[in-house]
Order: sequence, then structure tokens, then C-alpha cells
Amino acid sequence: MKLNYRVIIFGLALLFGIAFSVPSLLNTSWGKKVTLGLDLQGGLHMLLGVKTDEAVKSHTKSIAASIKRFAQKNDILIDELKFGPKSVDFTLLDSDDKKAIEEYLKGIKGVKVAFNGERVHVELTPKAMEETKKHAIDQAIETIRNRLDQFGLSEPLVAKQGDGSILVELAGIKSAEDEQRARELISRAARLELMAVDEDRADRVYAMTPEEAAEYGDVILEDVKNPKKKYLVKEIPIIEGDMLTDAHVGFDQNNRPVIDFTLNAEGAEIFGDFTGKNVGKRLAIVLDGKVYSDPRINERIGGGSGQISGNYTVVEAKDLAIALRSGALLAPIYMMEKRSVGPSLGADSIKASMIALISGFVLVMVFMVLYYRMAGVIANIALVANLFLILAVMALFGATLTLPGMAGIVLTVGMAVDANVIINERIRELLYEGASVHKAIEEGYSNAMSAILDANITTLIAAVVLYVYGTGAIKGFAITMSIGILASMLTAILGTHGIYEMLEKKIARSKDLHFWFGIKA
Amino acid sequence: MGKSKIAIAISITLMLISYALLMTKGLNYGIDFAGGTIVQVKYDGKAPIEKMREKLKSNPLFADASITEFGSPDEVIIRMKTSSKDVQQDIGDIVRKQLEGTGKFEIRRVDIVGPKVGSELREKGLMAMFLAIASILVYVAFRFEWRFAVASIFALVHDVSIALGFISLFAIDVNLDVLAALLTLLGYSLNDTIIVFDRIREGIVKSKENSLDAIINESITKTLSRTTLTSLTTFFVVLTLFLFGGEIIHAFSFTMLVGIIVGTYSSIFVASPILMWLGFDVKSYRAKLAEKAKREAEKEKMRAQYEGGMV
Repeated sequence: MKLNYRVIIFGLALLFGIAFSVPSLLNTSWGKKVTLGLDLQGGLHMLLGVKTDEAVKSHTKSIAASIKRFAQKNDILIDELKFGPKSVDFTLLDSDDKKAIEEYLKGIKGVKVAFNGERVHVELTPKAMEETKKHAIDQAIETIRNRLDQFGLSEPLVAKQGDGSILVELAGIKSAEDEQRARELISRAARLELMAVDEDRADRVYAMTPEEAAEYGDVILEDVKNPKKKYLVKEIPIIEGDMLTDAHVGFDQNNRPVIDFTLNAEGAEIFGDFTGKNVGKRLAIVLDGKVYSDPRINERIGGGSGQISGNYTVVEAKDLAIALRSGALLAPIYMMEKRSVGPSLGADSIKASMIALISGFVLVMVFMVLYYRMAGVIANIALVANLFLILAVMALFGATLTLPGMAGIVLTVGMAVDANVIINERIRELLYEGASVHKAIEEGYSNAMSAILDANITTLIAAVVLYVYGTGAIKGFAITMSIGILASMLTAILGTHGIYEMLEKKIARSKDLHFWFGIKA
Repeated sequence: MGKSKIAIAISITLMLISYALLMTKGLNYGIDFAGGTIVQVKYDGKAPIEKMREKLKSNPLFADASITEFGSPDEVIIRMKTSSKDVQQDIGDIVRKQLEGTGKFEIRRVDIVGPKVGSELREKGLMAMFLAIASILVYVAFRFEWRFAVASIFALVHDVSIALGFISLFAIDVNLDVLAALLTLLGYSLNDTIIVFDRIREGIVKSKENSLDAIINESITKTLSRTTLTSLTTFFVVLTLFLFGGEIIHAFSFTMLVGIIVGTYSSIFVASPILMWLGFDVKSYRAKLAEKAKREAEKEKMRAQYEGGMV
């Protein structure tokens, strides 16, 4: 029994395979393990789109708000300040202020200013709109990531996909309710606005139409708990959520959860000024377009902090705080695709594919031994090594194992032995023709090579196409099949050849071809 | 090759039946390609399908919902053509609320595919199919000769058509996994065909026969054991996958099962006769191979002379 380079390589491959599959098989705390796909460990996969037009509209709203603040601060009289999907318009009442306004508007990036008599038209340039849209997508990704990081799940994946859609993958979600909670967390705008109640017209709110309100520069908002209750507030907010520095859960005097928030320096100043000038009037605390509360201003609030109360549970308050801290979503997101698998289904899928793998494996192994005797045993050794190799390579490269991927491994079991079948048949043929054991083995392998190579390459072509055009789960299938086929060339061909070389003399001496190759004597 | 007439007859019949099925019954497109929603629900005990239907009917969103058993009496699939765009509350959540009171259940899986993604996947699927066939055609033509390539494409078309016929007959849901199975079959069933062609090529060079018919007969007989045995081992594993692999990959394993049986059959009885029809001439192929060998020898001679410093 002499060692040759082939069997040494095979031996090393087998050791390598076993060594690097151990962490995954025994679930040890050390070593790199195979990543389980979402369909096997349970989880959520979503493809989200971003309504970028809304982001542009928010941008104009912000510009309108800042123009209003500038005007008030510098005692510039403006009227009929309105914002549209891509522009802001207002009337400049005193033409002496034109220079000051012009100077200020020059400082705003990405806008074109036009003066038509008293009317001033501030429009976003196409380039600015594109940038706002792009920024909205990037910001959405950032915000979603922030929120999920605080949600407490392991390593959420949030990534940009080609055309501006967002891929979100969360593993290990325990229940449908948890999944909905995660989705709510991701998708809520968390847009906080502090808006002034229009006290002069507030009592007419139930009789007004939205168009009428718009004429007054107001907007009608619903109460968050009771949609029938309405508020009339000034359209342009006093404070916006981007001035928040912190938001966390606190408790009011009745021990109900509330959100305590803090504003930055600029926000604190604006807040102080506004409350100072509007004592006795109400301030609406608006979150995502619904009014949470409308406390009356009793005095000037200089500290730059406040409280949002509402009828929520501690868990809801915590999620809300997370959303507020992570910043508002500039544009609403919508679902393009969702695949979610519960953990019990994942476990069942693993079990089912393991049963298929083991039974298929046993069936093939038994057949090989019955039909080819020792040659079959040798092929089976290669098969076992093949399986270890697939697992090891996947663990090392961090490849993800999906349910179709498991099917790919099962398929590989059937395809890997094909090489051995071809080789063994060739060897048998040559032995029938009277060749010596050595010649039969050598020629058997060299002749069979071209057929095996062609066969493997065509299957690999299919696997590559599947990888390029397939979705996540299918990619998993392409990967396991490709690794399996390549590994089989190492184990089923090189490995078994090495073993035969090692045992050659023994086989030649024994003359029992039935035992070695299953040939009927 | 006398059997070939019967074999061709069977093949053509099966193909015609398949095409008839495809044109009348058509394919049952799954949500990957048609868009829509799937909710997989498992009950503690037998699933109360009638009660579920009643509860769902009250919401117009579920007007076209179908409820079918999935693998066992306690598990069902609710399928709808509509999808939802809302992230906070999607169709899965609404179904969950709607089914309250029908018993103890667990939502095991929710798949929602919007129309844009559905059409993208359709496109990708077609591209994949087309690309795979094209690459394989090129590869076989390169390794053998163009007539072999055309013959193997015919065999593949035969296999895929009949597989699709069965898929239509059994109303299997056609999703990406069925496409994956078909593409794998393309690659795999070609193996068998190539094994036979490889033997035929060898036969052409070595055999004393001049008629392609006889050579093909010879080659097929010699490779019969190879072809059937390799298919047998793969058939074993696909069978266990089909029987034990679970309901989710059922469509995949069914397609593979049908494909492997049909593919083996076509490698033996379909590919070779087509070679003959295409006017494959043994003598000229031998001549061509001899030409090639001569050219190789010439090149070697040139190289040796060059190295010897003579040219």
C-alpha cells in the first residue's frame, strides 16, 4: 500500500472538511459556522420603495418654515405664505424689505427666486430635487438601520438595491406580532411638529372644509385617539423634529408613560420666543400628522424641553422614543416585496430536508455497495468527504444555507456518484476486455474524464445562470450545487483514484474481481 | 434502432399532449411571477376551512382568496392576487386579525409580491432560460460539432416541454423554484446526452462500421448501463426529496423527478436519431477528425524545428 500524491491530497481535503464543518454540526462556540438563510431560521425579508416626491414636499415645507421664522425675527411683513410640491410662494408687503429677503433667499441652496411684483416665488431646481430624492433614500436607509439597531435583533441587514429600493433582512423574529412591531418601527415617519392652534378661528373647525382652511394658511388635523375630534392649526410648524436632541420614556403624575423630549439650542430659542409671545394660546403637539395633545401655554418655556402624552403602553412609548431619536423618515416607505418565515416553519424545513438528505444518502450508498462492492465502498468514502467539504467551504466563505440550498446538497449526493459510476463502468469494461488491473484503472480514469468534465461543466453553466438571475433562496441552491460539483471532482475523481493507486497491488494480487468491482465472475 | 420508431412516436405524442395542455389549461403561475400574496396558516388540529372562508369573505380585500390544504390537514395556504403596499399593516396582519375566533392557529409564512417585483422576476426568469440554452448550445457545438448541439437542443426542448406538460397537468404552482429545477434539468439531462455523444464520437473513430446507425446502436448499447445508472442514483435522491423534503419544495422536487425520468429517456432514444436526420455523415466526420489530427502533428513538427534552430 503505497501513498501517492492523490490520496494525500484527498486525505488533507477530508481533514480540512471535517475540521471546518465541526463548528456548524456541533454548534460549538468557536469557529465559523454556516449562516442559515431566513427560510431556515425564520425571519423577515423586505424590499422597500421610497416615496421620494414626499421628501421634496417636506423640503419645501422646511424652507417655508425657515422663511417665516426669518421674517418674524427681522420684523419683515409677509403674507399668504404657501408651499407646494416644489415651490414656496409668499407676498412681500413692504418693498423696502426686498433687499433683506433677497439676501436671505440667496443663502438657501438649490432654489431659484422670482419676484413678480409683490409675489415672491421660490422654486427648487431640478438638480436640488434630485439630490433631495437621493438624500431621502440614503436617509431612509440610515434611519431604518438606526431604529433596528436599537430594536434588539441580531445584525439586521439594511442595504440599497440598484434602482433606489431598500433591502431589509431581519433574522430570528419570534412571532407574527413581533414582526409587525418591527415593521411599524421601521415605517413610522416619526415626524414631530409643534404647531400653533389658530385660536381666532378654532371654534369654526367643524364647519370648515380643507380648502377654506388652506385659504387662511391653516390645516385641519385629527386627534390621534379620536378621529372625530379636529383641530385647526397653522400650516407651518413652529418646531420640527430635526431640532430634537433626545426623546425618552418618562412617567407623568398619574404614572402613565409619556415621551420627554429635548430641543437643541436653535430649537430651544425658537420655542422660548414662541411661547413667550403666545401665552394663553394652545400649542398642538403633532406626530405623523395626528394631534397627540394641545396644551395651553401658561408661560414662556425657556428650557427647550417638553412632554408628549398619549394613551400608549410602555412598549409603544419605547418604540416611539426609538423612532423619534433616530430621526424622522423624510419620505414614506412602501412595501414592494415581503417574504417572512416563522421560526417553527424554519425548524420544520430543516428537519424535512435532513430526512431527505439522510435517506437519499443511505439509498445511494447501499446501492453503490450492492452493485459495485468494494468499488462502491470507495465511492461512498469519497461521497462522505464531499459532504464535509461542502459544509466546510460554505462555513469558511460565510455562504448562506437556504432551503433550496439543502435541496442542492441532496442533489449533489446523487450527482457526485455519477462520476464514480462512469469510472467504474469503464474499468469493468476494460477488465472484461482482458486488461490488467493497473491498465484498467489508469485508462478507466483517463477515458472517463472527458465525459465527466463535459457533464460537470454543463451543470455548472446552469448553476452560474441561476446564481446571476436568481433571488436569495435560489442563489443558495446555485452555490451549494456548484460547490458540490467542484468538490466532487476532488473527492470522487482524484480521491478515489488515489485510493485505487494505493490499493492497486492488493487488487491485482487478489484476483477476486467480484469483490473489488462487483463483476459477475 | 428499430425501437427508434416507437420511441419517436411516444415522444411526439407526449410532446403534443403537453403543448395541448399548455395551451388550454395553461400554467399555474405562482406569486413570484403573477404577483399576489400567500399566507401559510397552521392550526392546532384540523384546519376549519369553511369557517376561514366565511370570516375572510366579509372583507372585500379577500374576494379572490383561495384556501387550499398544504401538505397535511392542519395546514393551509391562503392565496390572493392582490398585494399591499403598507408596511405597518400588510395583508398578512389583516388576515391574522380576520381569522380571530376560528381556533388556535399560527401564521407560519407570509409572502407578498408586488406587481413591479413580479414583472421583474418574470423578465429575469426568461433571460435565465434563454441564456442557459444559448450557453449550452455554444458549449456543445464547441466540444463536438454543430449537429450534436442542435440534436441536444432538440432533446432538451423535448424534456422541458414534457416536464411543463406534467406541471400543467398536476396544476403545480410555477414559481422561481420550478424555474430553478428546469434550469438544473437543462444542465443535468445534458450530461446523459453528452455521455452518449461522447461514446458515439469514440465509436466513430474506433469502430469499423461506416453506417451511423450501426455506430449509434453500438454506442448506446455500451453506454446504456452508464446512462441508466447515473440517472438511477440521481433519481434516488430526487425521490427522497420528493417524498420527505416537505411541502415547500414540493414543486421543485416534482419537476426534478419528472425531468430526470424524461431526460434519461430522451438521451437514449431521442438525441441520436436526430443526429441522423440532420445528415450527419460518418465518413466526413472521420475525415474532419483526421484533418484535425494532421494539423496538430504539423504544428508539433514546426515547433520542434523552430526550437532546433532551423526555421
